[in-house]
Amino acid sequence: MIPELGHFALWVALAVGLLQVVLPALGVWRRNPRLMAMGASGAQAQFFLIAVSYACLTWAFVTRDWSVAYVAANSHSELPLMYRISAVWGAHEGSMLLWVLMLTGWGFAVSVFNRRLPADLAATTLSVLGALNIGFLLFMLLTSNPFAREFPVPLDGRDLNPLLQDPGLIIHPPLLYMGYVGFSVAFSFAIAALISGRLDAAWARWTRPWTTTAWLFLTLGITLGSWWAYHELGWGGWWFWDPVENASFMPWLVGTALIHSLAVTEKRGLLKAWTVLLAILAFALSLLGTFLVRSGVLVSVHAFATDPARGVFILAFLCIVLGIAFALYAWRAPRLVGAVQGELTLFSREGLLLLNNVFLTVAAAAVLIGTLYPLVIDAFNAGKVSVGPPYFNAVFIPLTAPLAVLLGLATAVGWKRAAWGPVLRHLRWPMVAALIAAAALPFLLGEAASLAAFAGGLLGCWVLITAVQEIWRRAGSKRNRWQGLRQVPRAVWGMSIAHVGLGLWVLGVTFVSLYSIERDVRLGPGQAADLRGYSFLFRGVEPHPGPNYDADRGFVEISRDGRFIAQLHPEKRQYRAHQNVMTDAAVDYNLLRDLYVALGEPLQTEGRHQGDWALRVYYKPMMQMVWLGGFVMALGGIVAACDRRYRLAAARTAQGTEAAG
Amino acid sequence: MRRLWLAGLLLGFAATLAAQTPTQDRIEADALDPSQQQRYQKLVNELRCLVCQNQSIADSDAPLAADLRTQVHRQLAAGRSDAEISEYVTERYGDFVLYRPPFKRSTWLLWLGPFALLAVALLLAWIFVRRRRPRAVVANAPVDAARLQRLLDEERRQP
Amino acid sequence: MRLGFVLPILLLVGLALLLAFGLGNDPREVPSPLIGKPSPAFDLARLDTDARLTENDLKGRALLVNFWASWCAGCQVEHPLLMRLASEGVEIVGFDYKDEDAAGRQWLQRHGNPYRIIATDPQGQAGLDWGVYGVPETFVLDAGGAIVYKHIGPLTETAWRERVQPALKGAH
Repeated sequence: MIPELGHFALWVALAVGLLQVVLPALGVWRRNPRLMAMGASGAQAQFFLIAVSYACLTWAFVTRDWSVAYVAANSHSELPLMYRISAVWGAHEGSMLLWVLMLTGWGFAVSVFNRRLPADLAATTLSVLGALNIGFLLFMLLTSNPFAREFPVPLDGRDLNPLLQDPGLIIHPPLLYMGYVGFSVAFSFAIAALISGRLDAAWARWTRPWTTTAWLFLTLGITLGSWWAYHELGWGGWWFWDPVENASFMPWLVGTALIHSLAVTEKRGLLKAWTVLLAILAFALSLLGTFLVRSGVLVSVHAFATDPARGVFILAFLCIVLGIAFALYAWRAPRLVGAVQGELTLFSREGLLLLNNVFLTVAAAAVLIGTLYPLVIDAFNAGKVSVGPPYFNAVFIPLTAPLAVLLGLATAVGWKRAAWGPVLRHLRWPMVAALIAAAALPFLLGEAASLAAFAGGLLGCWVLITAVQEIWRRAGSKRNRWQGLRQVPRAVWGMSIAHVGLGLWVLGVTFVSLYSIERDVRLGPGQAADLRGYSFLFRGVEPHPGPNYDADRGFVEISRDGRFIAQLHPEKRQYRAHQNVMTDAAVDYNLLRDLYVALGEPLQTEGRHQGDWALRVYYKPMMQMVWLGGFVMALGGIVAACDRRYRLAAARTAQGTEAAG
Repeated sequence: MRRLWLAGLLLGFAATLAAQTPTQDRIEADALDPSQQQRYQKLVNELRCLVCQNQSIADSDAPLAADLRTQVHRQLAAGRSDAEISEYVTERYGDFVLYRPPFKRSTWLLWLGPFALLAVALLLAWIFVRRRRPRAVVANAPVDAARLQRLLDEERRQP
Repeated sequence: MRLGFVLPILLLVGLALLLAFGLGNDPREVPSPLIGKPSPAFDLARLDTDARLTENDLKGRALLVNFWASWCAGCQVEHPLLMRLASEGVEIVGFDYKDEDAAGRQWLQRHGNPYRIIATDPQGQAGLDWGVYGVPETFVLDAGGAIVYKHIGPLTETAWRERVQPALKGAH
């Protein structure tokens, strides 16, 4: 019954969605406020219906309803409760339902916070969001119904993919989807601007917090995904430039460019058409990502089980949505630009932000080229090629390193125009400090210095120091510096915190890439391996049953100079339902270094070397800095999105229009 | 769902689902000197596992990956260069097995594209900025102070 | 209309065509670089006799080389077809890939033996040299011992009729 209710709710949501598209649009056309207001009710009703549907699916999982095919495919009687709940989004159909839940959730948020938006802008935005809802609902109902029943009812489920049975899974996809889907709001705002033909500073101010929020969720989602891969996959890597990873990174790069472009549009009224284009692009890349993950077009560890019918549907949907958006852009964007061109010099904050956009967009394009190239070369029958980390690293780093330099520079450069003299004087001591810090860092970590480490360290320290300096400067030259700090607007705090996060990230990536050591060793019980002064003593392996798996649990003691540091328990798990074997690595970490151990396989089951195992041990300096950087960036986003300016100014405008109207 | 599993098996990549018999000793890393070890890690991370869903042979548990690792190890110990080992593998499996795509005519667009794009984008940005160069400030006409004062007073009187 | 505003939609068209192509394309299939080249050198033991097999023994006539194993599920799927082809006079040489002799013999006894010659490749070295990445795989060799065509995965009726048989005929 419950699954049928869930299914029915989806159909009702589809019907409501149709109303949500048509009525507000009609309202805008006929300037009928009541019709326009229907957009909000429609969005709220949709969210309610999808939430009901989602609850029904969760119910089916929690109660182990094997008659629902999706539940049977992704759960198991012994699967712990928390994974039964998170298994709802463990495979294609359920993750689409999560996607739609998020989409309607964002629509709900827009409908609630729209009281200060002009009515026609809100109505058009909700209408566009409604159209997107319809597309995804149709996709689900026609090709990927999560509530489909299976007869005869199997005796037990086939268990959730073991890779997904990890706490990281519980938060990573929802956060990621919040980000992906969140860009639909910026997209809808952009379409609304194109349709109305109006784009002013107020529009930019309304769009900014929505974009920043989506961006910060995406940042969190990507950071967590990377963290999860590191702990779950057993190969010590944290980013593989896998097509699905790239699918999340491209919208992030464009989203970052969008945030910066919005700042220019709000402050100076420039780059209007470009900002609109970026808003469309960010969501376009989200959609492209959805396509790549579910269509089987590219090979990926993360890909869902594929079905040609689904691929065709998503491609058609993609073409329709983006076709309309880009056609609208080609037709209406010139109108937005207007006759009077604002002035712009390169050596100004807006000029540097323009360069920021250039580098970020080209970087996103580079990732796209690399991801799609195997397909391109295949299409032209020019053979088959693989594009992996060596390519991406070689191309991405040169394209983004200049960004770090520009970032520091921009902190000292004001709007409209700036002079070299004061700027350089302002940046003198950060430059010196960064040089000293970069030179000292390798020694502080006990590593041999190298040019690459110095360069990366310099960029990271430069970004960090200039970001902190900006806050300090903004706090004013008043005697009461602390008072000044509290008066710095949250948007500025958020910006500096996010940039600090970036600096930390750059430092982490530099050191972990250059100074990591990895070794495959073969150890018997009682034998130890040495890695950079750390001794990894292997004490053997014991069987260790888990709730739905049987594991071989290793005991590895790490010590340094005789001093005990940690005991790690890497595992090799065999999930009973799936029969495949998974590696669960064990890590001892602090801010400065990670010590990572993964079990390989047993080498000899009898004879003289019985009990020997192949192990992989890693030393990874500053690994945690990579994720700390990501989290701090997201924190910056949270702080920035909460700036009172967005709420106050909008309220003032609303009052103004009320007085005038 | 069951059909999907069967389809997977039918594709014949049963190697990865094969019996869990211990593969031959893949770990003889101790037999290589440190510089060779480093080269081993680099090579093994840049070669693709052909039966996996996008993993290098370093990260894969598949038997074929293990065989290739052993090959790389053996050849390194025998004194072959990185280029020779790379050629050994591509002779048999084609360029697909390299995660670093070779630089040849079919991949010029790949390797040079992003940088060409950067050049074009920078050029466009430059043109964009040039068009919006601030115009020279027109010399101010002499200000009529009295008229200015009158206008300002009027403004202040407005509600 | 300025080019800049029209460019996005033009790029979308290109992308859509590319992705549409991608939907019909198998990204995991690895074409063989050995097509047109002489078969790799090898020196393997045989399952059926005590003699050894080298690449020279495969010259002089067009034939199929089929990599199989007793642990391979896909091999069972293509086996009836191979038996039929063998009865029709097609010469199939079997390479028992990473298998144990006893297991291989047992498997053939149970399912039938379509191979005129069977070689064993217990270490997988020959498989590596031939660019095998997942059994079963079938190669078409011409009289000069060069590889003319490679079929990946179980041999199906359609694949035989449309690609493998013509390659074999052309190789005579």
